[in-house]
Amino acid sequence: MTDFLMPKLGADMTRGRLVEWLKKPGERIARGEVIAVVETDKANVDVESWVAGTLEKILVEPGGDWLPVGTPLAVIAAEAGAEAGAPPAFAAAPAAAAPVTVPRQPPPPDVAPGAPPPRAPLPAAAPAAGGERVPVSPIARKRAGELGVDLASVRGTGPGGRITLEDVERAARERPAAAPAAPAADKRQRMRDAIAAAMARSKREIPHYYLGTTIDMSRALAWLATANAKLPVTERLLAGVLLVKAAALALREVPELNGFWIDGRAQASASIHAGIAISLRGGGLVAPAIHDADKLTLAALSQRLTDLVARARAGSLKSSEMTDPTGTITSLGERGVEAVYGVIYPPQLALVGFGKIVERPWAVDGTVVVRPVVTATLSGDHRATDGHRGALYLDAVARLLQEPEKL
Amino acid sequence: MAKTTYREAVRAALREAMRADPRVFLMGEDVGRYGGAFAVSLGLLDEFGPERIRDTPLSESGFLGAGIGAALGGMRPIVEIMTVNFSLLSLDQLVNNAATLRHMSGGQFSVPLVVRMASGGGRSLAAQHSHSFEGWYAHVPGIKVVTPATVADAKGLLLAALTEPDPVVILEHATLYPLEGDDTPDEPMQIGLAAVRRPGQHVTLVTYGGSLPKTLAAADALAKEGIEAEVIDLRTLRPLDIDTVLASVAKTHRAVVVDEMWKTGSFAAEVMAQIMERAFDELDAPVARVCSREVPMPYAKHLEEAALPQAGQIVTAAKGLL
Repeated sequence: MTDFLMPKLGADMTRGRLVEWLKKPGERIARGEVIAVVETDKANVDVESWVAGTLEKILVEPGGDWLPVGTPLAVIAAEAGAEAGAPPAFAAAPAAAAPVTVPRQPPPPDVAPGAPPPRAPLPAAAPAAGGERVPVSPIARKRAGELGVDLASVRGTGPGGRITLEDVERAARERPAAAPAAPAADKRQRMRDAIAAAMARSKREIPHYYLGTTIDMSRALAWLATANAKLPVTERLLAGVLLVKAAALALREVPELNGFWIDGRAQASASIHAGIAISLRGGGLVAPAIHDADKLTLAALSQRLTDLVARARAGSLKSSEMTDPTGTITSLGERGVEAVYGVIYPPQLALVGFGKIVERPWAVDGTVVVRPVVTATLSGDHRATDGHRGALYLDAVARLLQEPEKL
Repeated sequence: MAKTTYREAVRAALREAMRADPRVFLMGEDVGRYGGAFAVSLGLLDEFGPERIRDTPLSESGFLGAGIGAALGGMRPIVEIMTVNFSLLSLDQLVNNAATLRHMSGGQFSVPLVVRMASGGGRSLAAQHSHSFEGWYAHVPGIKVVTPATVADAKGLLLAALTEPDPVVILEHATLYPLEGDDTPDEPMQIGLAAVRRPGQHVTLVTYGGSLPKTLAAADALAKEGIEAEVIDLRTLRPLDIDTVLASVAKTHRAVVVDEMWKTGSFAAEVMAQIMERAFDELDAPVARVCSREVPMPYAKHLEEAALPQAGQIVTAAKGLL
């Protein structure tokens, strides 16, 4: 038997809410199969199981409270020999590691300071009554979220016992006065809080160093124009794909920048999973991974990027994409910024930034010519590497971009 | 001020339009000597003569096609089809020609054609004269579909149709012709806007055309029980003013859609789908609908009443959401 726990989908995640089970008790689960959807402060994430077996018992019904990371959600009867399977990268022991790596985590934003701690996770022995689903109208569910009303405590008076808007608002009015009348944890605010926690931790714990270099993009763009002329419009590549590929390949040359800072030391990763910073339309950002970005063809990388952006904005990322990035790449070029000196996403070791590709005067053999150039930057964790390593990395990026046909 | 009937309001619009614009003419079965099957054009032959009030053979496809030709040739024809059931004979002309020519000619041609027809049941005219197909027309891009439900709209929306550069289908519910009203507009109204016919906060009743009087009666009955229903008259089915519906649902969180089509594939189904697509998180109950029973319209009065939506069913449906 293995407990299926509330996963830690990123260093800034302290709690999650179960949105949906995609498997029923008794159903077979393959390793790596998505079995549940979990809401984090940032997104709804499809969560995969890292053991193969049978879903034995569901402990937490969808739509309930926010639960701390590590709360058992279900019991899986693992197949013989299958229990060894562990999630990749630092997600391996998320629950246990959390208190160590995240000291003085701020309280969840919907609980006022000094207020009683959030309700304990549902005891494993008390699944929702018979697994019966209580009907809740869409607006009642939405309003309950806004008012912080626990739907499990609301009695439905609508047709068929449905919990209606009126039931939720009545429950909110009748709540004991001692309960925090905290304003609802609006989704956007929760994302802001999560980013605030991660970025404050980064700047508190990680001694950043910053490097920047300007790279001649004329060869890369000329090669791209030739290559794109042979491709159907829908498959044409953007310059950003070359930048991501070059940044990923350069990590092979300087592996000390690729990985995590865990338990007081750097742990390099054998695989290169590029976290791509994606701004969300409603505000905020996520940085999910493109797995093995250094090994993908440009066409495959382009397709993955498009897919990742679409799914990030639609809120359907996979748990492995949230936990696996071994480094992050960000670009604000499309917003006209020429250089970005980013904040490292803990526990990663580095962040690579690209600005806008702009035409600038450029000296070649003693003559000034106009060339398209881009500013590449590196934010490095000085505990793990020194500026020398970082300089080698940016040099590798610049060199790779001079041989675009090899990317 | 004297009361005006819906029938007289349509006639007044026809008369004013023909006086104002020599390109406007009316044609259809029995519109001249007989004065129209529903007496809408009574007296117009005397005033405008047989060139402009034209009786046609019993060939809907033929005279609707002639109307398209006249519109292409610079006229502003109004084609009257006796009932929506008979209009099925001319669907090809309307859907394949009138609705497409602007697009297929790359914008070189337009078809400023107005097609009026009576629709709906409630008059013991049996299955070949009593059906409701407005949703079929509303399905087709390239035409506008108007369903006036009040005396004022009967005139104002017809005048508006005559200002449109593209085909407009006007469905006049046959039970509305004797309806009386006070004011009729002198100017064209605007096509594409729904109207709140009665404000309310507890449930939204969405309807159009011949179901509006029944829906207002249902709202009266609900009010006696303390339930304030907001009644929305769609007035135009294409383009559909869904924003007015959504604004009401955002207030009441409940909706019943009423129409006289058969329930399966009714226009109500489209309205419900759009509410659920665009206002799911506002709903406090599933959207309900009241439509006709799925039978050819019976002739016998009591059976016809049982087949059509009635105020009592609307009341029951609304209370089922509360």
